[in-house]
Amino acid sequence: MGGIDEHLLTIITFFPLAVALGLMATSIIGSALGADGLPDSLWQAVALAGTTLTFLLSLYLYAAFDPLETGFQFTEHAPWIAQYGINYFIGIDGISLLLVVLTTFLMPIVLLAAWNDIKKSVKTYLFFMLALETGMLGAFVSLNLFQFYVFWEAMLIPMYFIIGIWGGARRIYAAMKFFLFTMVGSLLMLLALLVVYYLNFEQTGVLNFDYISAPGTAAVGLLDTVVSTDGVWWKSQTWLFFAFALAFAIKVPMFPLHTWLPDAHVEAPTSGSVVLAGVLLKMGTYGFLRFALPMFPVAAVAFTPWLMGLALVGIVYGSLVAMIQSDIKKLVAYSSVAHLGFVMLGMFALNVHGLNGSVLQMINHGLSTGALFLLVGMLYERRHTREISEFGGIAKPMPVFAALFGVVTMSSIGLPALNGFVGEFLILLGTFLVNPWAAVIATSGVVLAAAYMLWMYRRVMFGPVDNEENRGLMDLGMREKVVIVAMVLPIIWIGVYPNPLLRRIEPSVIELIRVVEARSGGADEDLASLTSSHSLSIAAPQGVSIRRSLQEQP
Amino acid sequence: MVNGVDSDLLHWIPLLPLAAAIYHGVMIGLVRRQTPQTVVAAVSCGAVILAFVVSFMALLDLLDQPETSRLLVDNVYTWIGAGIGTSAISAELAFRLDPLSAVMILVVTGVGSLIHIYSIGYMDDDHRDDKGFQRFFCYLNLFTFSMLVLVLADNLVLMFLGWEGVGLCSYLLIGFWYSDSFNAYCGSKAFIVNRIGDFGFLIGLFLLFGALVEAGHPAVSFSGIEQHFSSIVDRTLTLPAWLPFGTEWRLVNVIGLCFFVGACGKSAQLPLYVWLPDAMAGPTPVSALIHAATMVTAGVYMVCRMSFLYAAAPEASAVIAWTGGITALFAATIAVTQTDIKKVLAYSTVSQLGYMFLAAGCGGFSAAVFHLGTHAFFKALLFLGAGAVILAMHHEQDMEKMGGLWSRLHATRWVFLIGVLAIAGVPGLSGFFSKDEILVAAYASHVPGHDWLYGIGLLTAGITSFYMFRLFFRVFLGDCRAPVATRDHITDPGGFVVKPLWVLAFFSVVGGYFGLPQVWGDLIEMENSNSLANFLAPVLTSTEAHHLDHSTEYGMALAAVGLAAAGAALAWLLYVKRPGLPDRLAKQMSGIHRTLLNKYYIDEIYDAVFVRPLVAFSDRVLFRTVDAGLIDGVAVNGTANTIRSLAANGLKYVHSGLTQTYVFMMLVGAVAIVMYLLP
Repeated sequence: MGGIDEHLLTIITFFPLAVALGLMATSIIGSALGADGLPDSLWQAVALAGTTLTFLLSLYLYAAFDPLETGFQFTEHAPWIAQYGINYFIGIDGISLLLVVLTTFLMPIVLLAAWNDIKKSVKTYLFFMLALETGMLGAFVSLNLFQFYVFWEAMLIPMYFIIGIWGGARRIYAAMKFFLFTMVGSLLMLLALLVVYYLNFEQTGVLNFDYISAPGTAAVGLLDTVVSTDGVWWKSQTWLFFAFALAFAIKVPMFPLHTWLPDAHVEAPTSGSVVLAGVLLKMGTYGFLRFALPMFPVAAVAFTPWLMGLALVGIVYGSLVAMIQSDIKKLVAYSSVAHLGFVMLGMFALNVHGLNGSVLQMINHGLSTGALFLLVGMLYERRHTREISEFGGIAKPMPVFAALFGVVTMSSIGLPALNGFVGEFLILLGTFLVNPWAAVIATSGVVLAAAYMLWMYRRVMFGPVDNEENRGLMDLGMREKVVIVAMVLPIIWIGVYPNPLLRRIEPSVIELIRVVEARSGGADEDLASLTSSHSLSIAAPQGVSIRRSLQEQP
Repeated sequence: MVNGVDSDLLHWIPLLPLAAAIYHGVMIGLVRRQTPQTVVAAVSCGAVILAFVVSFMALLDLLDQPETSRLLVDNVYTWIGAGIGTSAISAELAFRLDPLSAVMILVVTGVGSLIHIYSIGYMDDDHRDDKGFQRFFCYLNLFTFSMLVLVLADNLVLMFLGWEGVGLCSYLLIGFWYSDSFNAYCGSKAFIVNRIGDFGFLIGLFLLFGALVEAGHPAVSFSGIEQHFSSIVDRTLTLPAWLPFGTEWRLVNVIGLCFFVGACGKSAQLPLYVWLPDAMAGPTPVSALIHAATMVTAGVYMVCRMSFLYAAAPEASAVIAWTGGITALFAATIAVTQTDIKKVLAYSTVSQLGYMFLAAGCGGFSAAVFHLGTHAFFKALLFLGAGAVILAMHHEQDMEKMGGLWSRLHATRWVFLIGVLAIAGVPGLSGFFSKDEILVAAYASHVPGHDWLYGIGLLTAGITSFYMFRLFFRVFLGDCRAPVATRDHITDPGGFVVKPLWVLAFFSVVGGYFGLPQVWGDLIEMENSNSLANFLAPVLTSTEAHHLDHSTEYGMALAAVGLAAAGAALAWLLYVKRPGLPDRLAKQMSGIHRTLLNKYYIDEIYDAVFVRPLVAFSDRVLFRTVDAGLIDGVAVNGTANTIRSLAANGLKYVHSGLTQTYVFMMLVGAVAIVMYLLP
């Protein structure tokens, strides 16, 4: 690695923010000079170009990423508030790589989709969107927990404003609910984080927030902090895991902490919904994978029956409630609860298949549910309603829209040869291998998904065009076609040829299982049996790897 | 793992129709200029006919192989590969051609080609406002692709891709005329009921794979599964005691039953058959191709594909045999009272599929495949013939408004009669031989109650003959009951519609001689007359059966023919000789008649028992009570209100401005805690 590679991740992460600040500067200079500043459409174009460039850079990142390496790559480490162990420390493994690419992919699409949607304060909106992108990317690449927490909280603020300013009628209630729900969890997580920080200090005598040992430093990462399974309650794995898990479970969201989601989705503007479903929800599942699971593995294994149970409830409950919704967007929101239930189920199967599927399904959900929200938004722009009963026979005036909606619907219900199937299949397979009955219940969610999606699709698209207002609807324009086709291409690609993604996910997943197993002291025989007998051929680690940091442990 | 001969030919077979479908999709969606119908038809039919030619070439390659190990393999790439060591799954995008899939691809592409050609004429006549000539052929090509993937798949996961793919196309084509809500409803119903079956398929797949993982031989490919099957064949599965099925089960039985649930959905067997009669809402060529000749036989194909498993699972096989037998009889009784020409044929299809399962469950796998093939010919013929009648009648499907068409439809009448004779089991025609082989298989098998099953099959044969002749008499004989206005305009449809019927009629007659049962072969002193069974023998596991001597078999054939003749005679008596009698009979037995006419009220029962309670539960209990009431109402807003009243003035000023303060306060607090914790 050399040249641009050395700071590639930093560039990708902060480029959107830099664009935002640059645009803002022109406004300030403009108003100082008494001019109007740049027109809205130029802002839109610059923002679109900036996010597109970010996406292209992340494609380069994807290409340069070495899939055979288990540890973190593209790491950068620099002191920030070094005396407290707060450093600028970033890096990616296969899991965060894909989430980074998903994020940068969705952003230009969302901006293009919202081209005519956002009418008031366009500049402020764009500023928030760009800042949000940096916030999300920062959270995915952070390897310092303080820094992670800053990004985690920072991305709340633009999202809060996006819902609260550009949202629907009950936007203030929804924004407040979204903010408070997340905040409650975050505060507990912060406390738990500080406890781990304290324990780490107690054990090593060095203040350190780094997740793993950074190159060239002696400090032991928080991941290697020994957290006892008994003793003082607030220092035990059980409580610390609980605090982390609560914060992430709200974000996922898991039943029964999900009620902020339908409100937030219904009130948010289309672009907000897409980012919320596509990326922000993944923060929760990513948090589980990256932090809660490997840091407190014994507690995680102990909590597994509960989490799997809640995931199953989420699948069935989300599907059933989605079935009876009369608002399309709310239906999609509840379907998200079900889909994220699959992600959580696969994760806590704690085996290679389940985790592979879980990570892949995060990407899939971002694509298919993101596309669904985009499509619903296009319908809303035309009719200013999302009530299913207002529609019917839409396939007649809008055939291309109906066809693309159909493909995305099929992706969402897991039709083989589209992306959703691969993830769901691996999740169900992984779950079956550890808990057959859980897999049986979850599989019934596949049936229910077909029921609620097709029922909605039929009521919206088919039948006679009863409502006069629907008769003259325009089919998709070129801009809208580009937006949806851009979403559909990866949907098909992942469905037909998922292996490139799986090849990047799997080493990280195996490493995760190994860490969980090693850190739980091989207490759990099921886990041990999964990995001990096989070893993966891995190229010599180039960057920092968890493996090395573990070997340094006494 | 796979030790067949490599072939680069196989992937072209599904690829050709897929390419045509993609071409149509791009032309409709992106180019948006109307493609000339001749181009659409040429591309679609050309692709399928070419696929048929390639299939035939592949068959010739296959026949070059030594008789006992005929297998061609085309491995394209790894579709889903994940995991390591003994839990690794590797689902290849790979196709395999063995005698069983060879028979299937020839049926699919052969009958498929004819139906594609027929559709040119049929869909040209489409004057609805939601018509779409190119859209129709796009779906039809996509279906052919999926079906070919299903039968050529080398592993269960890829098979599932085709399995769901044909379901999707069925959904799209049933609801093809989507402006009618009922059509769309029928499409969704088909998809969802099939999904219930797919649930069983997936669980079966997981059980099988899980057991193979535990045995140390993870495999999803058919050859891999068969190779390591012995390592799991004796395993048992312990079910929890609260389930009413007993606790100790042989694993293979459970797996077999799970897969059979999938087969029940796809092949419309009890209790999941309800979607097939409604599927008749689709255009008639679709009913012929998907809902008679090919897709609905996928379940039978799967059971035969896994014959090694079912041969080792006698209990599961018995369930299959009995389900098939009961479905055959049940559907035949409904067919007796239906007045919609396509509905009669639909229930007849359900019934005939029941026959195939009856055979497969009794271990007569080659009899099942044989009947699958002959049924594809004569049922496609009957459906296409019915389509020709419907076209001639200006889209009238009600037999009450037909009659007397013999003198009007000169080109259609004879081929239709051939179809009726073939399904009724007239000696010498294809249906006679295949049905006979099934009855023999049932009689000779070791399935509990096999003699009863034979009786059911025999009775069904009689009923089949009755309702088919009833259909024929109602449509072609008697007075013409069509409205006077249309009466003079009833003529045969054009060449694209009629000519494929001749080909199908030809095969409905001679199709039986591909698999002439040995007992008939001996009669004409022909050795190895059952060339189909011999061809299939290496891939179908045979099960033990009673030996029957020739005289018994001739006796059985005689009984079947006798009953069929009786059925035909009864139909003649009721609908030609004494046309007033059926109405009087219906009045006298109004209870039975109404139950049959309303198809035993099965749809209504399902709706009342499953659908409506589930929707009501989701709405009232889950959404209104739990979500809105308990979680949001009590827990969330309750907490918020409590805090608000406690904090009195403090939170009154909550608006957006507070957010930054909030974050700032949090950081301050965090730093304060850090400072406190530090020494």
